Amino acid sequence: MKENIYILAIESSCDETAASVVMDGRTVLSNVISSQIALHTLYGGVVPEIASRKHIEKINQVIETALHEAGKTLDDMDAIAVTYGPGLVGALLVGVAEAKAIAYAAQKPLIGVHHIEGHIAANFIENKDLEPPFICLVVSGGHTHLVVVKEYGEFEILGRTRDDAAGEAFDKVARAIGLGYPGGPKIDKVARQGDPNAIAFPKARVEGAPYDFSFSGLKSAVLNYLNRAKMMGETVKEADLAASFQKAVVDVLVEHAVLAAKELGFDKLAIAGGVASNSCLRASMEAVCRKEGIRFYHPSPILCTDNAAMIGSAAYYEYKKGVRHGWDLNAVPNLKLGER
Amino acid sequence: MKILGIESSSLVASAALWENDVIVAEYTVNFKKTHSQTLLPMIDEIVSMTDTDLHTIDAIAVSAGPGSFTGLRIGSATAKGLGLALKKPLIHIPTIEAMAYQCFSSQYMVCPIMDARRNQVYTGLYTFSDGMQRVMEPSALDVRELMEKINTMGKPVLFVGDGIPVYRDQIEKLAAVFCCFAPAFMNRQRGAAVASLGAVYWKEGKIESAAEHQPNYLRKSQAEREREAKSGEPI
Repeated sequence: MKENIYILAIESSCDETAASVVMDGRTVLSNVISSQIALHTLYGGVVPEIASRKHIEKINQVIETALHEAGKTLDDMDAIAVTYGPGLVGALLVGVAEAKAIAYAAQKPLIGVHHIEGHIAANFIENKDLEPPFICLVVSGGHTHLVVVKEYGEFEILGRTRDDAAGEAFDKVARAIGLGYPGGPKIDKVARQGDPNAIAFPKARVEGAPYDFSFSGLKSAVLNYLNRAKMMGETVKEADLAASFQKAVVDVLVEHAVLAAKELGFDKLAIAGGVASNSCLRASMEAVCRKEGIRFYHPSPILCTDNAAMIGSAAYYEYKKGVRHGWDLNAVPNLKLGER
Repeated sequence: MKILGIESSSLVASAALWENDVIVAEYTVNFKKTHSQTLLPMIDEIVSMTDTDLHTIDAIAVSAGPGSFTGLRIGSATAKGLGLALKKPLIHIPTIEAMAYQCFSSQYMVCPIMDARRNQVYTGLYTFSDGMQRVMEPSALDVRELMEKINTMGKPVLFVGDGIPVYRDQIEKLAAVFCCFAPAFMNRQRGAAVASLGAVYWKEGKIESAAEHQPNYLRKSQAEREREAKSGEPI
C-alpha cells in the first residue's frame, strides 16, 4: 500500500473556481480559489451564464496554480476529484468536463463528489480528531440540512428547510435593507453594532418535525416590519434589525442541532457551509455546546466558503471505499445528499 | 503529425483524429444526449480503436463558437483538460469556418447557418478559389438581414447547418439568388472538418495554450444585455 494518497480536487458548482491538492484527506497542500463575487455584485446575485464563462476562463490557471503551490505534478496524483452536484448546471459542467479530460489523459481514477458532502468534510481538515459518527448542520445559500454523518460518505438526513435556505434568507433580508450581495457577511458585520433583542421576530417551528426549518415566515416578518415602519414614517435602526433577524435564524439553528445531538445521544456536533462562518452562529453554538457537554467543530471561514480542499477531503474517503466514476460522468444539478 | 478535433457547439457531438492529411477516425453523434455524457467516451473509443498513444497527439483543435453556450464550454473544458494533462497546445477553430470548410471547393458561395433562436442565425460567408476565402466573418444576424446581404452579392449560395430546417422557408421566400441546401452527410458540424482546418491553422502558427483558450460566444449573456439596455452603455 502506497504511503500517502494525493488527490487533485476541482470545484465549480457556483461562483468560485477552485482547485486543491489534498494529502490523505486531511492535509491541504494547496487551496486556490478564484472568486467572482465582485462581478456578480453588479447584478445583485449570481448570474449562472456569467459564472460559467468565468469558470472556463480561469480553470486551467487555477488548477496549475494548485499543483504548483503544492509542489506536485499531475503524475504525483492518485486521483482526480470533482464536484458533480448539486449546483448550477452550466457551472458544474465546466469542472466536470475539465476533470474528466485531465483524469482520462493522465490515466488517473476519477471521483465525483457531492458538494454538500464536501462542505461536511471541510471539518476533517482542521479537526484531525473528528471522526464519524457525529451530527452536522449544513447551512449555506442553497442548503439547510441537519444530518447524521454515520460513516465517511454515509448520511442520514434528520431535517431540512421547508422553504428558503438560511443563507437565502440572509441574502433576501440584506437586499431589503439595502446592504446588497452577498448578504450573509454584510448582515453579520452590521449586526455587531445592533441589539439582537430590539425586535422580537418569530422563530418558526414546523409542526411534527422538530428538526425541520422554515425561514420564509421570518423573511416576511422582516419585510412587513420594514413596510410598516415606512408607512408610519419611522426610521429603522438597520443594525438592530440585522441583529434581531440574525438572532432569530441562529437561535432556531442552534436549538434544532443541539436537540438532535441530545435526543439521539451524540456528543459531537459540527457545522458546515457558507453560513457556518457567521460569527453569531459560531459563538452561540460554541456556548450552548459547552453548556451541554457536546464537542463543537467548525471549519475556519476559508473552508466554509466553496473551495476544492473540502472536495479533496471527501474524495479521499470515497477513494478508499473504491468509488470510481466513468468518462460519462455528468453534472447533476439537484443531486441529493447520500445519493450515488 | 496528429491533431485531435473536437466539436460540440450544437446538438452534434463529434471527435476526429487527423494524421498527416488522413482522417484516421471520426465519431459523430447527433442525438439528444448531453455532450457531457458522450464526448469523452467518444474520444476514448477513437483512441482505443486506433491504438493511439494520447501523448503522440501534437495539438487539440476545438470548435470554439459560436453555438450553444453550454455545448461550447463542454468542448472547451474537455480540450483544455486534455491540453493541460498532455502539455499540448490548442487550436481555436471558429465553428462557422469549420462548417464552410466541409464544403471545400464548392462552386457556390457557402453560407453556414446555425439556429441562434430569436429569429437569428450564427452565420458567415465563404468562397473557394485556391483555398477558402472569408467574405463575411462569423456573426449573429437576423435571417432577413442575412438574405439582404446575400441578394446584394448576387451569387448562388449553398447553405449548411442546423438553421436549414428552421429557416429554409424564409430563405426561399426572401432569396433573389439561386439557393441550395447541403445533403445530410455534410449539413451538420463534424470533428473531421475541425481537425482538418486545425492542420491549416497549425501550419500558419495559429495555436494557443490550453490555459488561454476560451470559447468565442459572439453573444453576451442575457444579464449583460439587459444591463446594457438599462444603462444605455456597452459593458
